[in-house]
Amino acid sequence: MTSLYEEVPAEVPANVPTRRVTVTVNGEKRTVDVEPRLLLAHMLRQALQLTGTHTGCDTTNCGACTVLFDGRPIKSCTMLAVQADGHDVETVEGLATASELHPIQEGFKQEHGLQCGYCTPGMMMASKALLERNPNPTEDEIRWALSGNLCRCTGYQNIVKSVMWAAEKMRAEEAE
Amino acid sequence: MYPSRFAYDAPTTVAEAVAILDRNGGEAKVLAGGQSLVPMLKLRFASPERLVDINNIKALDYHRLDPDGTLRIGALCRHEDLEFSEIIKDSHPTLAQAAALVADPIVRTRGTFVGSVCHADPQGDWAATMIALDGRIVAQGPNGRREIAMRDFVSGPFTNALAYNELAVEAVIPPAKGKAVGGYLKLERRVGDFATASVAVALDMNGDVVTRAGCALAGVGGKTIDANEAISVLVGKTLTAESIEAAAEAIADAADPRTDHRGSADYKRHIVKTFVTRILSGIARSEQKAA
Repeated sequence: MTSLYEEVPAEVPANVPTRRVTVTVNGEKRTVDVEPRLLLAHMLRQALQLTGTHTGCDTTNCGACTVLFDGRPIKSCTMLAVQADGHDVETVEGLATASELHPIQEGFKQEHGLQCGYCTPGMMMASKALLERNPNPTEDEIRWALSGNLCRCTGYQNIVKSVMWAAEKMRAEEAE
Repeated sequence: MYPSRFAYDAPTTVAEAVAILDRNGGEAKVLAGGQSLVPMLKLRFASPERLVDINNIKALDYHRLDPDGTLRIGALCRHEDLEFSEIIKDSHPTLAQAAALVADPIVRTRGTFVGSVCHADPQGDWAATMIALDGRIVAQGPNGRREIAMRDFVSGPFTNALAYNELAVEAVIPPAKGKAVGGYLKLERRVGDFATASVAVALDMNGDVVTRAGCALAGVGGKTIDANEAISVLVGKTLTAESIEAAAEAIADAADPRTDHRGSADYKRHIVKTFVTRILSGIARSEQKAA
């Protein structure tokens, strides 16, 4: 499970100073002892075993590691885990309920918004942030909001359609 | 990739942050948005002994206009705060246009204006706008505050004029003499890439006469190019095809581009001229419409 880049162990040697951080992740309070240099992405993946958040480029370019931090999208490879202390983090695992996919996930399924799926968690979280601010985005607005997320498979067309699909479904649910 | 080990503090007041910087004699580094610093830590280009995270100093999270029109941008004002700001939308067109072009939308939720200026990347967007607008940085040290003009603030690539025990708490943009107009254009191969060339223009107008003119360029030199002198040919003039052409020529001459994978030196100089012409012609058109 451990990838090449995830070498900071979640369990820290006894002589290294750690900090206790409490983060609300997908609505649940989680407390972890971390080294200050541990990245948020690695805390989510290793300490909390939430491996839905992917690390792609590891250089703040690709957006695969995008999560919501107090409701706004951030690249979790570019934030320290200690900085999340007392804050609210939402990952792709927070989208679906036990029985039902989130409309954004359903949209990606319906419109074939993924091929290899590596960028998908980041795409979905960035899309969620967009739709919370703008429930009825144009194609241009979707492309703008996802311009910090790279996909090497789809050519983006189907991702845009997926978000359109989700927006429509969420508006319909809102109207009910 | 992960950073080397460091100690971590997250003070809640400016005084506390400055005291920590002072105690650590140059071995501590300030962490604001972290969108340049964290990648540098991961690449081990920077290995400070201690990070002073200022994100909990809530008093620095603001941007506001003074009654006299002075714009103050606190050290925790994020790029997207300016991108969606109702405050600067009309009063500061140069900043408003640049805000939407900084990095990518996700980096903009976290990165800060002041942090970006302090990082002093020669390709940085905000440094160019600060030079064009004649901005200043307010630094707080153990013995109080001082203001540093932007032209003196960047001492070299990735190097600024702050002392080790000073925190940049605010950027200040002076009020326009008359009506503020301007623009920011950037050519990038894709969103988030460094600029092939970018141009910041800020003019103050009295009627249709230019009373102050500021311009700076990024991506076309080893540092942010201060083109304020080049654009000063417009001061006292109206914006006509001739005066715009003369300014665009002078500014393109001030550029110092190098041929690289983003394009040839000639191409980049051509882009600068085109962008200046585009911004100034746009201003002239909207001024005509308003009149």
